[in-house]
Amino acid sequence: MKKLSHITRIIIVVSSLSLVITYFVPLWQILMWAPQYPEGLEMKIWHNTLTGEVRTISALNHYIGMRPIEVSMFPELGYIKYIIGFLVTFGLATALIGKRFMLFSFLGLLCATGVSALVDFYLWGYDYGHTLNPEAPIRIEGMSYQPPLIGTKQLLNFTAFSGPDIGGWIFIISASVLFASLFYEWKKNK
Amino acid sequence: MKTHNKLFLLFAYALALAMLNGCKPKGPQEAITGNAAEKVYVAPGKYDEFYNIVSGGFNGQMSVYGIPSGRLFRIIPVFSQFPENGYGYSEETKPMLNTSHGYVPWDDLHHISLSVTNGEHDGRWAFGNANNTPRVARVNLKTFRTEEILELPNSGGNHSSPFITENSEYIVAGTRFSVPVGDKRDVPITSYKENFKGTISFIKIDPQSGKMNIGFQLKTPGVDFDLSRAGKGPSHGWFFFSCYNTERAYTLLEVNASQKDKDFILAVNWKKAEEYVAQGKATKSKVKYAHNVLDDKTHTATSEMLTEVLQLDPTILKDIAYFIPCPKSPHGCDTDPSGEYIVASGKLAALIPVFSFTKMQKAIADKDFEGEYEGIPVIKYESALYGEVKKPGLGPLHTEFDNNGNAYTSFFVSSEIVKWNVKSLQVLDRVPTYYSIGHLSVPGGPTRKPHGKYVIAYNKITKDRYLPTGPEMTQSAQLYDISGDKMQLLLDFPTTGEPHYAEAIPASLVMPNSTKIFKIEENNHPYVTKGEKMAKVERKGNEVHVYMTAIRSHLVPDNIEGIKLGDVVYFHVTNLEQDWDVPHGFAVKGASNAEILIMPGETQTLKWVPDEVGVSPFYCTDFCSALHQEMQGYARVSAPGSNVPLKFSTGVIADESKSSPK
Repeated sequence: MKKLSHITRIIIVVSSLSLVITYFVPLWQILMWAPQYPEGLEMKIWHNTLTGEVRTISALNHYIGMRPIEVSMFPELGYIKYIIGFLVTFGLATALIGKRFMLFSFLGLLCATGVSALVDFYLWGYDYGHTLNPEAPIRIEGMSYQPPLIGTKQLLNFTAFSGPDIGGWIFIISASVLFASLFYEWKKNK
Repeated sequence: MKTHNKLFLLFAYALALAMLNGCKPKGPQEAITGNAAEKVYVAPGKYDEFYNIVSGGFNGQMSVYGIPSGRLFRIIPVFSQFPENGYGYSEETKPMLNTSHGYVPWDDLHHISLSVTNGEHDGRWAFGNANNTPRVARVNLKTFRTEEILELPNSGGNHSSPFITENSEYIVAGTRFSVPVGDKRDVPITSYKENFKGTISFIKIDPQSGKMNIGFQLKTPGVDFDLSRAGKGPSHGWFFFSCYNTERAYTLLEVNASQKDKDFILAVNWKKAEEYVAQGKATKSKVKYAHNVLDDKTHTATSEMLTEVLQLDPTILKDIAYFIPCPKSPHGCDTDPSGEYIVASGKLAALIPVFSFTKMQKAIADKDFEGEYEGIPVIKYESALYGEVKKPGLGPLHTEFDNNGNAYTSFFVSSEIVKWNVKSLQVLDRVPTYYSIGHLSVPGGPTRKPHGKYVIAYNKITKDRYLPTGPEMTQSAQLYDISGDKMQLLLDFPTTGEPHYAEAIPASLVMPNSTKIFKIEENNHPYVTKGEKMAKVERKGNEVHVYMTAIRSHLVPDNIEGIKLGDVVYFHVTNLEQDWDVPHGFAVKGASNAEILIMPGETQTLKWVPDEVGVSPFYCTDFCSALHQEMQGYARVSAPGSNVPLKFSTGVIADESKSSPK
């Protein structure tokens, strides 16, 4: 079994511990602009809650028959904290054991978490954007309002943007650094 | 006669006629030059550099303009009802206009004072005076709302007000009309000299909340107080008031109050007066005056009637007040930024006297008096005089200052602004105003650190400046650039009401604090409805209380039945929005008051006394959303004694009983 270098092990420790920060910062953000909202509306998704102008967004969404957005709609907000905890622990264990397959597994786990989160978010967005009140004041034949997964999308008068917030970026950067480390280890031992 | 001679004569005659016509004086010159447009252009989406808080005069309000664009942003209702937003009509705001005379729905707001700390603008409050039924008001510059109104007892008209001390310790209120005070008030007008007295109130400002209370009143001889300014820097602790009618005329004042060559400036040592009050040397005067306060958590005003005021008599306490003779019915009485010079403007004088605070103090110390007037020492004119500005113009009224030691005085009669140097007393420049300027304003002009840059003229006569609108026209203001040696006319802009004094303050001191919404969690209104599920209708005897909510785009409840003729209905409407600039309005057919405008998170109440049996529509009056026109409902009014039960709903359709809008 290939042993990891000291420098890689330190990087793994730092990357794992940096994930702890994601408990205290938002993971994801949805921003919206319209002609009447030049200052924009924002919704921030944290590991355990939603913040921002959620009430206003819900009030506007009722016109097109979307349900009000509430924390209780997202059971995920109840257990993301355990996932993050597990990842941090696994990362520290990787550094302790110092084997390359562990790093490989850790990276795989991180990527799997990211992909699952996106799939989960997509499924919620699909349901939220398609399950509309048939008595809504504004009904447009064939129109649905699924928010963008990542990037920008025009929804009637709103331009919506969806993308990682500080916590999300920490995940992405950690994964990228670990990927670079893995590549470095692989090159070194070739 | 030869033909060419005839022709020559004809030509000469025509030339003579043309020359005669050429001798006619020309009308006002259009003095706009060069880059004026560029200097006042505020591009779409950009902001003005200054807020201009302008008194509304006979409309009883304050208005807010941007400088340099001259654009009107808002009218703040202060002393007059304002049907546009329900001020003075809603149950919450009616107490603001309560006085010892009962409900007074109008007044005449002349002067603005912005709060100061260390003599500089702090952007917290704007104070205004009511000239007719004597009052002062405080407007909060976070919400641009009138938060407090205090009535002034023993006053006949509050003109010399609401000028402010260097750290907003006090604002003052000097009576324009002396009147009989105390128990014996039914006296012949001809007994003026014997029975009529003046007062000056010193209104204490709470440094945290801004709340006002009358600290003390000075009893003064029966003259008319006109304008005033606090000392600053070295003269902090003193206040200077102009007064006229030292003749003590009670009829045809135009003539009879203009007989004496000199009237007075009254210098008051208010720090000393404060000490006397602390030593218990004030006497209590039995009076009746209203104190009205708006609570920003209940969004409701309350009115309290007060019955006592402390008075000091400067004819007994000799060292708190001194008169200084001043030529010909002085009007403006302005202290320069250094606090050393006091500029007084006699409306009928052909010169401007400038008094020196240092010389005045020396004269007081040396008892350099020419005598007494009604028991108050009169300092010799020359002993307090720094110098006179000679032949400045006709009819000097008010003086503002820039940051370079210059003064700008308005001249009503010669219709111009004259710039002169305070130290040298030399006239430096003059520009015409259109027409007959009253007050003028330099941003920060009355403070220790003027911002300079512009002077704004508030004129009394408009005539041909704008498209005419019949006999009643807008008022006119002009903006001049004063950053160079010569004043440059930049802009002519219409103003609402009839502005008197105004102040301009940098936007950076006000804009960041502007309130966007009221937090619904902090709404403590007794009739608040904090969610649609809590909306209800309750009967208390013949009162029907509707706890209503408004949110884009429906009212809950929007169907109300069971009201009977003879009932008094109160619509307590809570705007549930928590979003910037989404007010809702509310009006009901036949209501004998006005609409109400409800800001996000706020509750306001409209009283309605139905006068006929039937179904009355009500609706949202502020175009709030795409479905604003659908934001409406019905109230059914039944005959007295009918058995229609009290019920209410929104979204309930007969026989289907399904609830729709969430």
